[in-house]
Order: sequence, then structure tokens, then C-alpha cells
Amino acid sequence: MITFEGVSKRFPDGTVALDDVSLECATGEITVFVGTSGGGKTTALRTVNRMVEPTSGRVLIDGADVRDRPPAELRRGIGYVIQQAGLFPHRTIADNIATVPYLLGEGKKRARARARELMERVGLDPALAGRYPAQLSGGQQQRVGVARALAADPPIMLMDEPFSAVDPVVRGELQAEFLRLQAELHKTIVFVTHDIDEAIKMGDRIAVFRTGGKLVQFDTPKNLLAAPADDFVADFIGYDRGIRRLSFVPAAELELDDRAVLPENASVAEARATGADWVLLTDSGRRPLGWVAVSGLATDRSLQHMPRAPLGHTFNVRADSARAALDAAVLSPSGLAVGVDDDGVVVGVASPLDLTNAIGRESAR
Amino acid sequence: MIAAPADDEPLIRWDWLARNADDIGGMLADHVYLSVVPVVIGLVIALPVGLACARWRWIYPPVLAVTSLLYALPAIALFVVLIAFTGLSHTTVMIPLALYTLSVLVPGVVDGLRAVPDHVRQAAVAMGFGPLRRLVQVELPIAVPVVMAGLRVATVSNISLVSVGALIGIGGLGELFTDGFNRDFPTPIIAGVVLTILLAVAADGLLILVQRLLTPWSRQ
Ligand SMILES: Nc1ncnc2c1ncn2[C@@H]1O[C@H](COP(=O)(O)OP(=O)(O)O)[C@@H](O)[C@H]1O
Ligand SMILES: [Mg+2]
Repeated sequence: MITFEGVSKRFPDGTVALDDVSLECATGEITVFVGTSGGGKTTALRTVNRMVEPTSGRVLIDGADVRDRPPAELRRGIGYVIQQAGLFPHRTIADNIATVPYLLGEGKKRARARARELMERVGLDPALAGRYPAQLSGGQQQRVGVARALAADPPIMLMDEPFSAVDPVVRGELQAEFLRLQAELHKTIVFVTHDIDEAIKMGDRIAVFRTGGKLVQFDTPKNLLAAPADDFVADFIGYDRGIRRLSFVPAAELELDDRAVLPENASVAEARATGADWVLLTDSGRRPLGWVAVSGLATDRSLQHMPRAPLGHTFNVRADSARAALDAAVLSPSGLAVGVDDDGVVVGVASPLDLTNAIGRESAR
Repeated sequence: MIAAPADDEPLIRWDWLARNADDIGGMLADHVYLSVVPVVIGLVIALPVGLACARWRWIYPPVLAVTSLLYALPAIALFVVLIAFTGLSHTTVMIPLALYTLSVLVPGVVDGLRAVPDHVRQAAVAMGFGPLRRLVQVELPIAVPVVMAGLRVATVSNISLVSVGALIGIGGLGELFTDGFNRDFPTPIIAGVVLTILLAVAADGLLILVQRLLTPWSRQ
């Protein structure tokens, strides 16, 4: 656990970068520092490994003041990843990754073997081990940065906008892979970003900083979206925070309706009887086929022969969130989202109104 | 010391070159010595001075002013002044050349160290490098390409400047020029020019090779 106790930092030029910040970063969790540029996020991060010494207050790791340990020794036990990766251009990828093990006196052979192992772990081809950083893409360099931070297996990792310099597609991949890695490693991570989407995606808890180094809110992503502490936080989260909140409502909580779900050999009369504008046709295994508009259908015929609108995409009632359900509803020709189980069998459909009701119930808790 | 020429000569008299090959070889060796030793001395002094300038930024402007001034001084003026102290010796020629080298290499070392990206330096600090280790294992190696560029300039310009020493009688291949001019005899002049150029090209090529070996990472 990392504890900030009333930490303030005033730089010699008078800039106040941190103003009486107190918070706890729980062991094994990702704590995200997010906020406007110049809000003191980087400064706060650096007080942990003593790259910045607070003007007042204390930073503790598992209860022990970081100032009681010599900086170099402290830092070798804390992984550090930064935006431009900060790789050593004159060292090969393997030697870059092995930097801290070398500092700790480990032999070349063992350190390099471990480097190759880590390369695979972070999704890099070990064949790149002998290359130099300039020969790698931005995304690959960032992966090397992560591998290097992990090399000495430190319990704590500090990450300062680690994925900000790569394009959005690569960023998405890096984020997802890092979360997968963290699920295995359970490091205590402080993760700085200026991107609220990234904060919500990565954070177990989020600390929002504003200019002047003030911590304005420290909460779970879900609570942050549900109850921003003030207008600054609400503005920072953005106008679509309502929709983002749907990410935290499991689709399993939606009440799905299966009255408008019919087998494809049902008759038009049966479709009319549902009272719905659209009916969803399914095959014999109750897997969805497509939508049929009920109005204007000729009588006496099987629905099988009626013109069908394509299905759009479905959501998984067990694994997806209500946000995926809303997306499915918006893209569906009928305006209804189709929920399926793990086998692709239709459970029922939901309207945007059903989704709104689900959020209502969620915030009432 | 060199055999006398006859009148109405062709541009180059190969037999003269053959007869004086030993002397010319000696001048070549002298030339290499006179130009390389000052480069080494200049480098040995420029490293700590450059490091100090990079560490304490405020001393760099005055140091740069002094080295630029040194660079602007005509070599022959320096030779004449130095004769009073060091006489007609190799030292008299090598001191100005070492000063020229210094004036090229001090900015080279400073620029090289400044070329170390800030994020690389920060990363080194964050991983637990102490200041000395960071300098030796990270900053200096990354500065090598820029320092080597300065070293190449200094070496090539020293090789051409050594010849000026011939005006006071110590100039390696430059003595071929004074000899040729004194006797209105083109062969030694042409031999001197060609050998100087070849020497400069060879030295530069050697330094390029050394750089490739030292910095396999900087290509591409
Ligand atoms: N070494 C420094 N000296 C003076 N001011 C600094 C220094 N480092 C950061 N600052 C200032 O402190 C404030 C917070 O900076 P920083 O922690 O980098 O913010 P963030 O990472 O949130 O963008 C900014 O106003 C910045 O200009
Ligand atoms: Mg920052």
C-alpha cells in the first residue's frame, strides 16, 4: 500500500504542484491519477520514488516513510514506465529490459534469459532481443518499457502516461494486454493519464487532480461517474458520463422481453398478436436471424417469406455491460437490442427505455 | 637535404620521388605524429571541461568564448609567440593544434551530452542509476556520435594545419611545399598535396570505422 499523508510540493520558483494531498493506493490495485495538464499528477507520482521530495507531508510504502531508504535502492524496487518509453538507444532490447537486474548485480546470462521471457509476456517476439530501440515501432518500444519495469519483479509500478504517445488502436491493445497482465501479477500500480476514458478503463480507483495540485475526488470509476464531487469533475468526465455509467451496469441486470421473439415458421397472424412493431425471427435452435416489420404484412403467409432487416449486432447477457446493449439497440433497425447467451441463443430483447430504467435502479442503490 | 632539381622539368619527376622515398616517408610519419598527438591531448582535456560545462551550465558561455577566440587565432601567429618559450620544437607546433582540437571538441562534448533525451535521463534516474554510473553507462555512450563528429573535424583540420609548421621548419609533409617553392620545383609540392589529402581521407575513414564499432546502434 502506498500512503500519501498531507503531501504538498512547492517548487523553488513558487509553483505549487501539490496541495495537501492525502490518499491510499491499495495493494494489488491500479490507482489512476487523472486531471488537467499541470494538475500535479507527475509530481505526485514522483514523490513515491523520491524523484521529487515533498515540501511537507509524507509518502509511505507499507507504512514505512520512503525517505528512510536511499533513493537508488528504493528506485530499483519500483518499476517505472513513461510516455516516450525512455529506452536506452545504445543498448539492445534484451539489455534494456535487463537494466535493473544488471544494477542489482545479476549476471548477464540469467538477466538476458529473463528478458526474453518477459518479451513474450508483454507480446513481443523474442527474436527482437538483439535489436536496438530505434528499430522498433512506438507500440513495441512501449512494450519494452513495460517489460523493463517488470524485470526485477517489483511489487510497485509507477506509470506516467505510458500509452499516450501511440495511436488509438495500439493504445487500446496495450491497455487490454496490460489489464490481462495485471490480472496475473497483482502489482500495486499508480497510473497517470490525462484521458478520462483511459482512467475509467484502467482504474480500480481514480484520483482526480485539478490545477494547483488539489485532489478533488478519489473514488471508484463507478462512483465517479454516478456522483462527481463538483462541477469541475463533472465537466472533466464529460457530457456523456451518463452513457459511460452504463459500462458499470451488467447486462444481466436488464429485464429482457421475449414476447416479440418468434420462430421463422410462425404466421403473420402470430406476429400481429404480439402487438409489437417489429418481431425477431429465430431458427430452430432459437438463434436470431433478423427483424421483420409487422405493419404492412400481407396476411396468410408464413413469416419465413417476408422481407427481413439485418440483425445488427447482439449483446451477451452474461459478459457484456448495459453499454454494449445500448450500442446494439442504437444500431438495430428495430431500435431494440437482442440479448443472447454464451451459445448465441436469444434470451430476449431490450429497448433504450429498459436501459434507462436499469440505470435508475443502479443509482437508487 | 634533398637532391637538386634540373631546369625544364616535367610536372612530376618520378625518379626524384623514388630517390627521396625514405625522406618523404619520414616526413609522413612526422606529419601523423604532429597531427594525432594534439588530437589525443585535446580530447583528454575536452572531456572533463565539456562535462563540467554540461554540469554547471553557467561556465559554458565563457568557456565557449575562449575556445572560439582560440579557433580564430592564426596558427602562424601562435607559432611565433610560442617559439619564445618552446623554441623550434615539435611542441611549438603541437600546442596550437591541441588548442584547435580543444575548441572543436569542448562544444562537441557539451552538445553530445545535451543530445541525451531528457526522458532517457529521467528513466535512468528512476531505475536507480547514481550520477556517476548514469554518466558512464548512459550519457557518455549516447554522446559518442556527436563527439566523434567533432573528432573527425579536428583530425582532418589538424592534418591540413600541420603543414603551416613548415614555415618554422617543423611541418611534416609541409616541408615538401617549402622545398618545392624555394627551388621552383613542382614535384615535391604535388607529392605533399596528394599525400596530405590521402592521409586526411585515411584518418577520416579510420575514425568512421571506429565509430561504427563503438556505436552499432546509431545507424539507420
Ligand atoms: N521542476 C519543476 N520546477 C518548477 N515547476 C515545476 C517543476 N515540475 C513541475 N512543475 C510545475 O508543477 C505543476 C504540476 O506539474 P506536473 O506534476 O508535471 O503536472 P501534470 O503531470 O499533472 O501535468 C505544473 O505547473 C508544472 O509546471
Ligand atoms: Mg505529467
